[in-house]
Amino acid sequence: MLDLSPSDWDAIALSLKVGAWSVIGSLPVAFGLAYLLARVEFALKPVVSAAILLPLVLPPVVVGYMLLLAFGKTGPVGQLLDQWFGVTVAFRWTGAVIAAAVMGLPLMIIGIRLSLELVDRRLEMAARTLGAGPWRTFFTVTLPLSLPGILAGAVLSFARSVGEFGATITFVSNIPGDTRTIPMAIHTSLQMPGGNEAAFRLSLVSIAIALIGIVASEVLNRRLARMTARDDA
Amino acid sequence: MLEVNVATQRGDFTVEARFTADVGITALFGPSGAGKTSILGMIAGVVRPRTGRITLHGRPLFDAAAGIDLAPEHRRIGVVFQDRRLFPHLSVEGNLLYGFRRTAPERRTQRPEDIVALLELGALLKRRPASLSGGEQQRVAIGRALLMSPEALLMDEPLASLDARRKAEIMPYLERLRGQIRLPILYVSHDEREVARLAQRTVAVVDGRAFDSPG
Repeated sequence: MLDLSPSDWDAIALSLKVGAWSVIGSLPVAFGLAYLLARVEFALKPVVSAAILLPLVLPPVVVGYMLLLAFGKTGPVGQLLDQWFGVTVAFRWTGAVIAAAVMGLPLMIIGIRLSLELVDRRLEMAARTLGAGPWRTFFTVTLPLSLPGILAGAVLSFARSVGEFGATITFVSNIPGDTRTIPMAIHTSLQMPGGNEAAFRLSLVSIAIALIGIVASEVLNRRLARMTARDDA
Repeated sequence: MLEVNVATQRGDFTVEARFTADVGITALFGPSGAGKTSILGMIAGVVRPRTGRITLHGRPLFDAAAGIDLAPEHRRIGVVFQDRRLFPHLSVEGNLLYGFRRTAPERRTQRPEDIVALLELGALLKRRPASLSGGEQQRVAIGRALLMSPEALLMDEPLASLDARRKAEIMPYLERLRGQIRLPILYVSHDEREVARLAQRTVAVVDGRAFDSPG
């Protein structure tokens, strides 16, 4: 049905790789920030809460440009990475991972924060009276109860990462086989005469990935609602 | 023997408690809003007293002067909550064994099979809490608290959220508990008949004050 060319497959494979690594890399960060926002009261909370949402509303090209300023060869973070680890991220697929992670972070944080807020704190208190310390309570009560929400956030942010365009093209450009993800490949095809067909094929792939992501996160969210339903009837 | 002598501030309301609870059921009896739940909270370790001292069999759980304030998980006090608080992601069996598994084998004084028999939970073990009636849930909550092998048991209005039929259904279990479990049990209630039927001693709670002897 879909007659995908080798370069289409390259773009799909790269997109999935970038999406996977961006989710793996941002999950701990997102969880930490979501936990902070859901559970800890601190003075700058409204500011942090708003700053986390910035990538969602900023023009992606601005995020990409900021990443370039920070992570580029002469940027402060880029220089450190180069000196300490000999690593360059600008114009590499690793840079695409960073761009995708930053753009996907708000969605993930929103999902995890919501699921943590749904966990009944009284259950945690009950676990403490039953002899579980704070960490054990976290791993046996808080985490299992919020897990579907965490997975839903991860799936959604994965789908978002796979489709990241603006920040990625600004930060790491559009290099075949290295940073040319599905949206880049679509963009390239559209620039070329007769490229409409390739653009259409990859668009269908994009829609499929996005649909799978949204359905999966919906299923997980239903599960979350069922699990955290309070049964005090 | 549970010895309580504490005070705390809840907003502009002072809660003071000075009483002892020996083996058997001691009722903390008073209208809602009198501070009964705050008193249980201080004993369980989830509400911090401002001053005073709480000891269980001579072991200090809280002592403002000595700077002692054991975390709830170190107090060895079982709590049965009015809203039951069963873990929704665990089966009845998982709930029952939650505290049991976190109790060192040499400290265990209760065996799961005995508690399951005492509270007649055998048929419910594989079910999820959400599929149980309120009375069944409360029996599971009692079993869960007993299986952590507590040195005292706190029960916060365990019957208050149940209808009359469920209350009548669970009452015999509480009477059986009183006869078979040799623990100081502190039983919070605002229901006179419940207290008269179950309690061996009563401490009245009025306007945040719970004293069992004049002074």
